[in-house]
Amino acid sequence: MARTSIINHPLARYVAKRMAWAAVVLVLISFFAFLVIQLPPGDFLESYVEELSRSGMGVDSATLVALRHAYGLDRPMIVQYWEWVTRFARGDMGVSFIYGKKVNLIIAERLPWTLMLTFGSMLVTYGIAIPIGIYTARRQYSTTDFVASFIAFIGMATPGFLLALVLMWIFYISFGVTMGGLQSPQFIGQPLSWAKTGDLLMHLPVPLVVIGIGGIANLTRTMRATLLDELGKPYVTTARAKGLPEHVLIRRYPVRVALNPIISSGGWLLAELFSGDTVVGIVLGLPTIGPVMYRALLAQDMFLASSCVMVMSILTVFGFLISDLILAYTDPRIRLG
Amino acid sequence: MSSPTLVTSGPAVVASGAEDVSWSQWRLIWAKFRSHKLAVVSIWLLGAFYLIALFAQFLAPYGPWQPSPYAYAPPTRVHFFFNGRFVGPMVYRVKIQSNPATFERDFVIDKSQPVRVHWFVRGAGYRWLGLIPSDFHLFGVGAAAQINLMGADILGRDCFSRDLIATQISLTVGLIGVFITFVLGCLIGGASGYYGGVVDNVVQRFMEFVTCLPTVPMWMALGAAIPASWSNLKVYFTITVILALRSWTGLSRQVRSKLLEMREEDFVVAARVAGATDWGIILRHLLPGFASYLIVNLTVEIPRMILGETTLSFFGLGLRPPTVSWGVLLQDAQNLAAISSYPWLMFPALMVVVCVLAFNFLGDGLRDAADPFKE
Repeated sequence: MARTSIINHPLARYVAKRMAWAAVVLVLISFFAFLVIQLPPGDFLESYVEELSRSGMGVDSATLVALRHAYGLDRPMIVQYWEWVTRFARGDMGVSFIYGKKVNLIIAERLPWTLMLTFGSMLVTYGIAIPIGIYTARRQYSTTDFVASFIAFIGMATPGFLLALVLMWIFYISFGVTMGGLQSPQFIGQPLSWAKTGDLLMHLPVPLVVIGIGGIANLTRTMRATLLDELGKPYVTTARAKGLPEHVLIRRYPVRVALNPIISSGGWLLAELFSGDTVVGIVLGLPTIGPVMYRALLAQDMFLASSCVMVMSILTVFGFLISDLILAYTDPRIRLG
Repeated sequence: MSSPTLVTSGPAVVASGAEDVSWSQWRLIWAKFRSHKLAVVSIWLLGAFYLIALFAQFLAPYGPWQPSPYAYAPPTRVHFFFNGRFVGPMVYRVKIQSNPATFERDFVIDKSQPVRVHWFVRGAGYRWLGLIPSDFHLFGVGAAAQINLMGADILGRDCFSRDLIATQISLTVGLIGVFITFVLGCLIGGASGYYGGVVDNVVQRFMEFVTCLPTVPMWMALGAAIPASWSNLKVYFTITVILALRSWTGLSRQVRSKLLEMREEDFVVAARVAGATDWGIILRHLLPGFASYLIVNLTVEIPRMILGETTLSFFGLGLRPPTVSWGVLLQDAQNLAAISSYPWLMFPALMVVVCVLAFNFLGDGLRDAADPFKE
């Protein structure tokens, strides 16, 4: 076979096209995010000045004008956007008003936690949903199936913040202390040690499961339904008739087919988890981007809020991109279509 | 297709013995739906929920903002016997006493005399459906005593009344949101599928863009952008629009693929030759053909919207007091110390879960039933 250039490879072309589109989407989102955050009347300085005057410290209008000029708040929206987006592209996200430090530092502190929790709960989601899905499909209408289905339905109907709240409530009434965060107070600011790692591992399971709950419930149902469809097909009967051991048969054929929709919904799951992470992060007080974004939105801290929304969008778009690429790799109809 | 029930009504068809062919589509759908037990239970449950919403102000003994001195009063017990004698539903008076040892307020039950629960009493005034002024309530105990079936909140407002009245907002957010989703999905998906080409391309890219937006961060940003000066009604409609902004893409995708399939059919060409306009063809000839299928698919969006509203309002980015919705009520439950002492503040959470669960089961049942020929 003649060697074909990598550029002409259908997969490479698909990847290039897909990445160019992702870039366009991000530019559109950046504009949209900035516009939305600029929408409410007034700006951070106004609410700040109001707070100062309430506590008896007046700010004269000349200082206000000077401050507004210094932060660039007196310029038209589109100019402010351009300033922000070009600086964002160069890796400078501006200064946060409420934290009084660079947005870069805040994001850098919290992004690793967001990523760890999201990918962690993705693993937990697959780790719980796939085995339970297989088990309940194999033993349809058994007690286990009934119980698992019941929990899955409840899981789908319970928003993440509510589950977090209920768990914190149960924890509070049984132990009398607030559960929250990812570290016990005595370890915050301490260098990494075995005790600290152990403490972290103790705190992890609850947030991971709470963030993943919607996805776990959904994927369990999907896995069960698709596997049930597959198990009724003639090829399974044939394989069984030929004497293939049941566990080998299940694992090698119907499970692989049933995993397909699970793989293709990976991007959706990631997006869902980033959303879940935001909501659960606020309730459980996790050191992720979500709570910061929430505070920034409420206080109209626009550079921080826009940057947080932007970082979440980049993660989401990136998640969709990766899942599309995996799908293209596994399914030739997509990369050639 | 336009009147499928006519097929079964003729006795001639039944006489021919071809019953399997003579069942109309709707009858098949209904038969299939009835076999889904959980869906049938759910539809009754949701019916009850919506009836409660409709008559909430009448069923509630108090107005939603009516304060009382009984802050954080525990749920009132309803008794039927007084001194061993049956007297019908009654409650006891409660006195507030400050406890000098704990500095807390104790609620002391005065068992000396019963206060009967009366039916159809006059109480706080309200406007039924926002129109008809009335002050009738299903039950009440008058000014002499207090009846808080679900306890009271920090201002002494009756939680039972507030929980009931909250259903009005929380249950309709989903319906209105789904209506907006339906209109957007049909119009945008319709244009995309019918015209194809450039229009289709632009719409498809736009839909991909919307799908890529991170849901909750965007909801929060949009919710935070609602000016504080807006009226409750305006905020309510804005929230439904915000919730619908994400969900129309799914429907629109279905409409598009269906229209792409159908637009080359003979009857479409015939309509076009007869001089029908493009939108006339889409709205009158194409969409009605699979509208029932679309509506069924939309039922799964309703619970999602209810959850969306609850989440946004809980974080103070959606509806806000004095509007009463499940999310707004749950704001009171944000304080852990409060819910551990006054667990009845969590009751709206149970209502959310039950309602969403019922909608999910209903959606499952309808989805199976809408395709009666699938085994």
